[in-house]
Amino acid sequence: MNVPANLKYTKDHEWIRVEGEEAFVGITDYAQHELGDIVFVEVETVGEVLNQGETFGTIEAVKTVSDMFMPAGGEVLAFNEDLTTKPETINQDPYEKGWVVRIRISNAAELDQLLDAAAYEKIIG
Amino acid sequence: MKTTAFTTIHQNLGAKMVPFAGYLMPVTFEGLIAEHETVRHKLGVFDVSHMGEFWVKGPKALEFLQWVTSNDVSKLVDGKVQYSCLPNDKGGIVDDLLVYRVDPQTYLLVVNAANVDKDWAWCNSQNKFGATLYNASDEISQLAIQGPLALKAMQKLTDTPVTDMEYYTFKKLTFAGVKDVIFSTTGYTGAGGCEVYMANADAVKIYNAVMEAGKEFGIKPIGLGARDTLRLEMGFCLYGNDINDTTSPIEAGLGWITKFNDGKEFMNKAALLKQKKEGVSRKLIGFEMTEMGIPRHGYSIVSENGDVIGEVTSGTMSPSLKKPIGMGYVPTALSAEGSEIRIKIRDKALKAKVVKFPFYKA
Repeated sequence: MNVPANLKYTKDHEWIRVEGEEAFVGITDYAQHELGDIVFVEVETVGEVLNQGETFGTIEAVKTVSDMFMPAGGEVLAFNEDLTTKPETINQDPYEKGWVVRIRISNAAELDQLLDAAAYEKIIG
Repeated sequence: MKTTAFTTIHQNLGAKMVPFAGYLMPVTFEGLIAEHETVRHKLGVFDVSHMGEFWVKGPKALEFLQWVTSNDVSKLVDGKVQYSCLPNDKGGIVDDLLVYRVDPQTYLLVVNAANVDKDWAWCNSQNKFGATLYNASDEISQLAIQGPLALKAMQKLTDTPVTDMEYYTFKKLTFAGVKDVIFSTTGYTGAGGCEVYMANADAVKIYNAVMEAGKEFGIKPIGLGARDTLRLEMGFCLYGNDINDTTSPIEAGLGWITKFNDGKEFMNKAALLKQKKEGVSRKLIGFEMTEMGIPRHGYSIVSENGDVIGEVTSGTMSPSLKKPIGMGYVPTALSAEGSEIRIKIRDKALKAKVVKFPFYKA
């Protein structure tokens, strides 16, 4: 499983890539592999300010539905609209083209509670 | 957790294994959608050894089967298969099953894995006729080779002609060098093909021969995930989802396998006949979403003002149609083709319309 060293992770299998005050958020390679073929991504929280751990959207594979949670609190700035027509992008490229939302982080200190690549790798065994 | 004769093969192929009906079974190999497409357009092989098999034998076999199953077993001839169900005494369904007639005094019943113990107990409790029943579930392995190229590929493994076999018939033949294999043109995918029953001891040999024979046609191993999406696209009922101990065959659209012929007495006939004559208050329907959302088993079907009027029994994003489809029970007044219903998906009531089965037309 691919676990890039430059990202931070949640135990719920989201990743976050911080770029200044903003960040990209998606689901991990492990998560996409476990879900299987992703067929629908729904994010209706753009413009909302959510707390760390709150649901910002749902992701559906052929057989299952999963919520996606904010790795850190903040405003949801944008949804990756490419996923509307090509949700399978998450299966193909979970860390780059398959990002799900861009957020503005409210409190950078919350990032310290997240897992680094080594700690996340331990969780997924 | 039970295993089948093929479990090690699945694991070596890298299958994702899950518990299903007490068995460790492969849910996917390379990916559900790719597997689904393989079966629709080429051929794929499913391990369905978890299914149960009962032999019914003796001079009272027919009488017993006429009583315990809903379809008319007297219409069967040697080598013919019939889809049927076991009605219970409360208006519901114990299980759906296949009935094979080998000869007038020898029948094979193929039942759902999750129901083997329940069906076995039920059949024995109803056997006041003295038919000889034998549960061979743990001795028989089964492969389903499904897809438009399946029969052509499997013909390579037997000298007996199989490519021209009619749907829902079977032959006992020598297959991959193994004698007395039951070769049946059945399956639950709507893609054509066959199901093959063999002794556990011959299973691995036959599996390897099937994969080798199918190689030039593009055969692949297929998991239970694609089995579910394939059957759902055809509108085939899955026991435990779309039918159960509380749904009647009439409500479920299984009137065509419920025969009220004179001379055929069967479990709960009078009550089911009343339903057929007077109508039922709810019906199992198929629907397509007209607003985007994916229906799932257990979601509510609601009216315009939000009242719960029914329940989704199966739902998915259809890999062949690339749109969300589902099945569920609705009040009879809303069961006609084109009726608008609403599916409660998370906090929204999204519109859907009732459509005819099958969803997917080959």
